[in-house]
Formats: sequence, C-alpha cells, structure tokens
Amino acid sequence: MEEIKASYPQLGNYCTPLELLFTEGFDVKYIVPPPITKKTLALGSRYSPDYVCAPFKYHLGNFIETIEAGANTLVQTGGVCRLQYYGELHEQILQDLGYRVNFVNMSKVQDTNPLTFYNGLKEINPQMSLQKIGKILPIVLKMFEYIDEAENFIRKNIGFESNKGAFEKVHADFLGDLRRVRKKKELKNTYRDYMKLFKGIEINKPADPLKVGIIGEYYTIMEPFSNHYLEKELAQMGIVVDRWMNVTNTLIHYPKKQIQKRIKNYAEYPWVATSMATIDRALEFARKGYDGIIHVKSFGCTPEIDAMPILQNISKDYKIPILYFTFDTQTSETGFNTRLEAFYDMIIMRKETKK
Amino acid sequence: MIIGIPRALLYHKYKHLWKSFFKELGIDYILSPDTNKEILRKGSAYSIDESCLSSKIYLGHVEWLLDKCDYILIPRFSDYSRNGTVCPKFLAIYDVVANIFRDRSINLLSYSINPKVTHVEMAAFLKLGKILNKKKSQSLYAYLNAKQVEKKAHLLEITEQERLLQENKLKILVLAHRYNIFDKYIGEPILNILREQETVPIIGDIAPQKEAIANYAQISETLPWVCNRELVGSIPIYKDRVDGIILMSAFPCGPDSLVNEILIRRIKDKPILNLMIDGQEGKAGMETRLESFIDIIRFKKDEQNGRN
Repeated sequence: MEEIKASYPQLGNYCTPLELLFTEGFDVKYIVPPPITKKTLALGSRYSPDYVCAPFKYHLGNFIETIEAGANTLVQTGGVCRLQYYGELHEQILQDLGYRVNFVNMSKVQDTNPLTFYNGLKEINPQMSLQKIGKILPIVLKMFEYIDEAENFIRKNIGFESNKGAFEKVHADFLGDLRRVRKKKELKNTYRDYMKLFKGIEINKPADPLKVGIIGEYYTIMEPFSNHYLEKELAQMGIVVDRWMNVTNTLIHYPKKQIQKRIKNYAEYPWVATSMATIDRALEFARKGYDGIIHVKSFGCTPEIDAMPILQNISKDYKIPILYFTFDTQTSETGFNTRLEAFYDMIIMRKETKK
Repeated sequence: MIIGIPRALLYHKYKHLWKSFFKELGIDYILSPDTNKEILRKGSAYSIDESCLSSKIYLGHVEWLLDKCDYILIPRFSDYSRNGTVCPKFLAIYDVVANIFRDRSINLLSYSINPKVTHVEMAAFLKLGKILNKKKSQSLYAYLNAKQVEKKAHLLEITEQERLLQENKLKILVLAHRYNIFDKYIGEPILNILREQETVPIIGDIAPQKEAIANYAQISETLPWVCNRELVGSIPIYKDRVDGIILMSAFPCGPDSLVNEILIRRIKDKPILNLMIDGQEGKAGMETRLESFIDIIRFKKDEQNGRN
C-alpha cells in the first residue's frame, strides 16, 4: 500500500502541533504545507468562485501546493459558518482539476457522537488506534497552548527589542525544537527554557506605550500572510499588540457563557462563529483604555460584518478609535499602509493630547 | 398598539403566518410598502457596505416603519435543528437592527425559534402572545388557525405551479431565496422579463418543502443551510420538466457563493445561468443577459428536435 501522506491547510504556526497529532496520533506522514505566498493565493483564486471568502481560496491554494509537495490525503474540518461547506466544494474542485487524493471531509460527521466522529477520522488512516491518539492528544493540546502563550508575549514586546530580529530568531528556534518533542516532560522543558530566553531579550519599552487590540475573523486574524503581516507592521511602529483570538481561547477553552453575559448590553441573542468574541474583546480593550482597536476580516464574512454596527457603538460609547480592514485577494499594499499610518498618527496624537 | 412588519427577508416566507396570527388576535399591524429605490437607498446608507443586498433592503424597510408603529417585528432564527442551519445573518439581525437604530427610540418585538420544529414554533408564538397581553388559549387558537392558513397558501402555490408546468412554453427553473425572487424591486423584474420572453418561470422555493428537504442530499451531501437545502432539493422535483435553470443571488450572498458553484459543477444536463444581483444594474443589461440565455436554450432545443 502507498504510504499515507496527509495534510491540513496552514494557519499561523499551528502546523507544528498538527504534525505531532498526525504522525504520533494518526500514524501517518504529515506534509507541512509550503509557506503561503502570492502564488498560493493566485492558485486558490483561479479555481474558486469569485465571491467566496478569502480563507476558502487560501485553503484551496494550500491543498494544491501540498499535493504537489507529495500529499495524498487532505483533511478539511467542519465549522459554524461557510467553513462547514468548504470541504465538499474543495473536494469537487480538486477532483475536477484531475487530482486523485483521499479527501477527508470532517463536515460529514459534524454534531454527531464521538464514535461517528472517530470513524470519520479513520478515513485518514483506517489502521489508526484510539490508544495512540489518546496518548498524544494532551501533549498536542498543550503545545497549542504553549505556542499561543509564547506568541502573546512576543506580540507585546517585539516592537521594543533593542536588537532587531532577536525575537524572531528565538521564535523560529522554539518552533524548530517543538517539532522534535514527543513527551510531556520534553514539551514542558522546551517551553520553560524558551520563555526564559524570550524574557531575557533586551527590550526598551516606555512606561506607557501605545496599545492596540486586534479583533476579527478566525482565519484572517491568525494567518499573517492574509492580513498583510498587520501585527508585524504595528510592532515596527512601536506598539504593544494584543490579540486574544487563538486556538487556545476558542477551540480549547472557549468561555461562551461568560462572553454572552458580558456583551448582553449590545447583543441579546447568541451569535455564531467569531462575532461574539469580537464584540467581547472590543469591549475589554475599550474598558482597559487601549489606544485603539483594529478589526480584520475577509471580504463578505457575514458574522463579522454583523458585528460591525456593534463595534461602531462601542467605539462611540467608550470613545475608542476602531480601524476596519477587509482583506480579499486583491487588497492593495499601498491602501493598507496608508490607512494604517493614518490610524497610527491619530492614536499617537490622541495619546499626547490626553497627557 | 400597532405592529410594524418589514416587507423583506423572512416576511416573504412567513407572511401568512404572521398576518393571520395578528389578525386573529385583533392586533393592528402595518406593512412597509414594496421595495423601491428609496427604501434600498436608505437601507444601504444604514448598512455596512459589504452586507448582502437582501439585508440592506431589510434595513430600508425597518427605517420606513420607524415612527409609524409601536413595535417592529423582528424574529430571530436560531442555529441548529435537524433540518439544517440558517445563514448567520438571521441569528444576528435582531441585534444588528437594535444597534443601528438605537438612537431612534426603536421598540422591537421578537420571537426566537428553530425553523420548522413545530412545537418550538408554537411555544415561541405563545410567548409572543403573552408579550401582547393575550391569553394562552387565544394565542394558541390564533397560532393554529394561522398555521392552517399558511398550509393552505403553500398548497395553493404548489397547485398553481403544477398548472404552469403543463403550459406548452419554454420553462425556466428559478432558484433564488424567496426574499429575493418575490421582492418587487430586485426579483419581480426578472420574472417579468422571463414572461415577456414567452417563457414560464418555475419558482424553486415553491416546491413541496418536505419532499425538497428529503432530496437535497442527492446533489450535495453536506449542505448545511435549510434555505439552500429547500432550493437544491427542488431540482430533482422539477429538473426534467424545465428547459433551463437560473441561479439568482443577491450580492455577495455567503451560502450561495458556494452552493451555486457546486450546482454549476454537478448539473451537466441543463443550461444554467448564474445571475448575481447588486441592485445597481439597469433593466437593459438584465434583459440582454436573460434574452441571450433564453436564445441559447431555444437554439439547443430546436437542434435537438431537428435531430429527432
């Protein structure tokens, strides 16, 4: 039998714990998707319907590039928005393009009991064992959390590093070393050692730096290529960047009830996807006196579009500026930079007048 | 007390139910007028640019009703039921309206339900009756009565459509959300052009609901949205009796962006036209596109007849 080489689309740096889950848990080879480039997006756009949201196009581009890198098994997940229907169309498009792969669409087993879900997973590798998955899963989840914690720290400090590139260097080493981790203890030690390194990096942070919170749609906020490396741009302007949205806070520990309660004044009913978290975080950043908020989403993302009238009210009520970015496949670099710079000028002026 | 009903979105699906329920309870209501240019203009002005055309129209209707009634009816449809999910828009629309018009002293009347789960709908209407100060028995009677009216209206539509299917003319299956195709400003003009072209439009959303829901998976297994399931499920019911299919969507409808692509890739034995409406196009452009589509169908049909 041909060796199973599986893959899942890129999202930030999460391919590291996913690789661990696939290799040690599902017992298959994992093809790390090639880094997203303009070519990835061009490929995805060419074969996607025009008005579909950008993450669909990125995923399709990723799939095609991973097939070309040797993958023969592709996995797509379910979701609560358009995402839950991505898989069926991705599979159809890849098939029409003539790619012969095993496409595992987890949307087929959404909202059913764990056994059906496991049987769905088994399409990746019929020989997989529950025991192996059970053994590695806690380590995989912990790895997601450690990556998120490290990146939270980086976002708040990278803008102030004395030696340019210091954080990125340690970050890359951290992710590289995580790829070799198999045991809980190794994971813990790696995390501890690297957090020491991160904290030891020399920074020159003013007592009251500019603080900006990032909120928005799941994919665009977490995949830096798709948001034009927004966080990096902000850091280079000397800003503390805060972002709550990550896998830890949504898939692993999502505080749905608390969020609903906190946003009650603005939203009476529960919503789907990331919109409730978007509203909740905007409130939190506003209450904490951040200098500004940036909302990011892909073009046409309905849950996030619907959150915008509420964000506008929060902006009025708490007098906090919010910048709205919509990214599609044609977003111009110049337009993006101009708006970001204007926003920066505005929040720095506001801060100075406050003093 | 007067209740305002926006003539948009779910109105087109639930108009019989709502109107009969209020009538039976002796509660006055007013409807916003048919969509027109001004309603769309106002609705767009209140909307986030990227919102779908249908929701912009909705906000225009809500705006029209402000100051003309005591409450505006905005039901809220919840996420899951065995018949499928709904577009996230319907989960949020109540709160979106409340936030957009919060400075204009707006009072909203709502009920929250899962679509199609009968007893849940009934419970929601009993609650609605309570808010309106009606006795439970009154509300129950009004609801059951309204349900009968709704059912009768649906059966009538089906019968009428069956009659149209007998006509000896070119027949075009129009797959569009009810709130788009039955909107006087964005949907009706399309139906009129089709009729002027001596064709008979067959409305996908009129198909018997249960049968359509039972059918959709033949075409698309993981299709999540109940509205689209009903439309896709109408294809096996009508396909062999029509000559072409038009997919009409309001820009930039999220569910349709994927579903239309699936249909175009999977239905190979009928000509399909993908028609995206953004509310800006003139009548002439629309006429040209529809005319050339119909010409192609006629041409193909003549060709086939010639061969036989």
